Amino acid sequence: MKSLTNFFEKIGYSVTRRIQRLGTAARLFFLILISSGESFKRFHLTMKEIYFTGVMSLVIIIVSAFFVGMVLGLQGYYTLQKYGSSEAIGVLVALALVRELGPVVTALLFAGRAGTAITAEIGLMKATEQLSAMEMMAVNPVGRIIAPRFWAGVIAMPILASIFSMVGILGGYVVAVIVIGVDEGAFWSQMQANVDFRYDIVNGVIKSLVFGVACTTIALFEGFDAPPTAEGVSRATTRTVVTSSLVILGLDFVLTSFMLGG
Amino acid sequence: MDKIKLDAWVGIFVAIGVISLLGLAMKVGNLTSNDIRETYSVIAHFENIGGLKPRAPIKAAGVVVGRVKSVVFDTKAYHAIVKIDIDKRYVFPKDTFANIYTAGLLGEQYIGLEAGGDMSNLAEGDRITQTQDAVVLEKLISQFLYSKASEEEE
Repeated sequence: MKSLTNFFEKIGYSVTRRIQRLGTAARLFFLILISSGESFKRFHLTMKEIYFTGVMSLVIIIVSAFFVGMVLGLQGYYTLQKYGSSEAIGVLVALALVRELGPVVTALLFAGRAGTAITAEIGLMKATEQLSAMEMMAVNPVGRIIAPRFWAGVIAMPILASIFSMVGILGGYVVAVIVIGVDEGAFWSQMQANVDFRYDIVNGVIKSLVFGVACTTIALFEGFDAPPTAEGVSRATTRTVVTSSLVILGLDFVLTSFMLGG
Repeated sequence: MDKIKLDAWVGIFVAIGVISLLGLAMKVGNLTSNDIRETYSVIAHFENIGGLKPRAPIKAAGVVVGRVKSVVFDTKAYHAIVKIDIDKRYVFPKDTFANIYTAGLLGEQYIGLEAGGDMSNLAEGDRITQTQDAVVLEKLISQFLYSKASEEEE
């Protein structure tokens, strides 16, 4: 009997704790929005974070985009040539990248590359009481530390996703046209005929913007909420990757169904 | 890292992003080619539209001249009303023929316009009276089977 009540207590505790954490995250999100004036007034703070999250992620984004594009080109070619329409490879590569793979893979890489760094940094700042020290000096840590990182992520993500899509298409071009020998004119013209600026490209950018907001908010919250111990920071970093990835994939489905349905 | 170097790197980063986005818009997307900005809309009634969807192309002599705006079902006459946006640069006579074709064997469906001989042109809100429905494969097959069967009876 005792173990049974314990069991239900545990379930109840974990549910209430999760709801509480969600509430804290929402509160932090609004706090960021309210106190983000400073990150634009003193834009060099945001600039530094864009350098850290955006520029430093360029290499991993470009290299993985190139390989993703090349694999798409190869796989697409072997399937499409069975139906005698290997020229449609350009459409396949472009649509897959611009609509889905560009925003999603970029966001996943971003969560792994930049999100973890943000969580660890903020968590350690909190563990070493740097945030409390700031508050003692009447400096708002959310405006000074958190908001610039948030806006840097939101600005960097669509740029990274655009770069990912473009480099991926170039990777597909290299495999399909240069290596396999699909006609170059058909590759580009079929792509242009079937990729719509408003419906495909702009929607992809909107997606990456939403992912940027979600990713950085999760990373910042996990860092802010981490227990001030070495173990706590490491757990928070793990949670950042897990939660970000799940949220990105879930949001992707929701956004896609909105965009295709609308 | 000093500020100038940092700014330069961020500048390069943003520039690459803008170039990629422009590349996507111009080279990959259809922002430059067949972009239809100013249009006039006409309607056409069809008994059966097959698989015609909004945003399907309108072609005249194979050239894309417009897009399907909407497809609705009319409960009074029990047929489909298709709203068509045609580029302002192209004018068509009032007795233009609108046919629903299929691109290839399994491709998407589009509306093909064939110009008639009328002196006055279609204007905003006009109706294309001469239309031909989409070919439904099942109907074709059953017609073929019926004709085969009647041949054998004779």
